[in-house]
Amino acid sequence: MDLNTKFTPKSWPDHAEQATLEGKNKFVGIWIFICSDIVLFASVFATYLSLKDSGPAGMDIKASELFGLELAFVMTMLLLTSSLTSVYAMYHMKNYNFKGVQLWMGITVLLGLGFLGLEIYEFYEYTVHEGFGFTHSAFSSAFYVLVGTHGLHVIIGLVWITGLIIRNAKRGLNLYNAPKYFASSIYWHFIDVIWVFIFTVVYLMGVLG
Amino acid sequence: MGHDTHVQEKSQVQYDYDRKHNAVHMRHQVVNFAIMIFFTFLAFAVVVADFSPYFIKPFILLLAGVQVVLQLYSFMHMGEKKAVHIGFINTFVWMGALIAFTIFLALLTIVWW
Repeated sequence: MDLNTKFTPKSWPDHAEQATLEGKNKFVGIWIFICSDIVLFASVFATYLSLKDSGPAGMDIKASELFGLELAFVMTMLLLTSSLTSVYAMYHMKNYNFKGVQLWMGITVLLGLGFLGLEIYEFYEYTVHEGFGFTHSAFSSAFYVLVGTHGLHVIIGLVWITGLIIRNAKRGLNLYNAPKYFASSIYWHFIDVIWVFIFTVVYLMGVLG
Repeated sequence: MGHDTHVQEKSQVQYDYDRKHNAVHMRHQVVNFAIMIFFTFLAFAVVVADFSPYFIKPFILLLAGVQVVLQLYSFMHMGEKKAVHIGFINTFVWMGALIAFTIFLALLTIVWW
C-alpha cells in the first residue's frame, strides 16, 4: 500500500501515526531525541541553580528583585493552553478530520507566537531597562542560557508546525503526514514540560529569593 | 517502508463506537488540562500569599512534578500500552530524569561561592 493512499473516516486506521514502519520509527525517534534533550536541559538548569544570584563583587541585581509574576503567569497560561490545542489537533487526526487538525495546529502556533513575543519583551525589558544583559554576571548568563534554550525550542517548534501546516495544506491527511503531525505534537508537549519546571524553579522560586 | 498496512473498512457500529470512544478520551484530556491549570494557579497563589519558603518550595516542586507526570502520561501518551516500544521509551525517559537529578546534585554541591 502506498503512503499517499486516500482514506475515508471509516477506513482510517486507529493509531494511524503508528500504522507504518516509518511512523513507528518516527515515534521512537522523537522520544530518543526528547531523552537527550532532558539531559541538555538538566545541565542548563543545574548551571542556573548553582549560579543564581552570583556574579562579580558589588553586583546589585538579585532574582527576587528582578522577576515579576504577572508576565510569567500569562506566559504559562499561553503555553499550557497551546498544549491542549495540540491535543485537540490529535483528536481530530484520530477522526480523520483534516480541517480540524490544521485549524487546531494553527491555533497552537498562534499561542506559541504569543508566548514567544512575551519572552522577547521580557528579555528586552531586562537587558535595556534593568541593565541585566547577558554579560552582566554569572547569574544573567545562566538565566539567558536556560530560558533562551527553551525559547529556541519554541522557535524550532513553531517553524516545524508552520511548515507542516503549509506543506500539507493541499495533501490532506494520509499515512505519510500523520506521523509528522504526531511527532510535532509530542515535541510541543515536551516544550511545555520544560516550561513547567522553568516557571517553578526560575520565576516562583526566584521571587522567593 | 510503510507497505505493511492494509486498508480495512470499519463497520458502521465499530465506526460509531470509535468516534464515541475518541470523544470520551478527549473529555478526559480536558479534565487533565483543568487539573494542570488548577495546579498552576495553586503554585502562583501560594507564592503570592507569602507562606513560609520552607513550605512553598517543596510544595510547588511537588505540584510541578505532578503536572509533568500528567503531561507525559496523558498528553504525550507514555501510558499507552499499545504504542510501539513504549517500555523502552519509559525506561529511557526515567533514565534521563535520573541523569538530570545527578547533574543537579553534582553541580549544586561542587559550586559553592
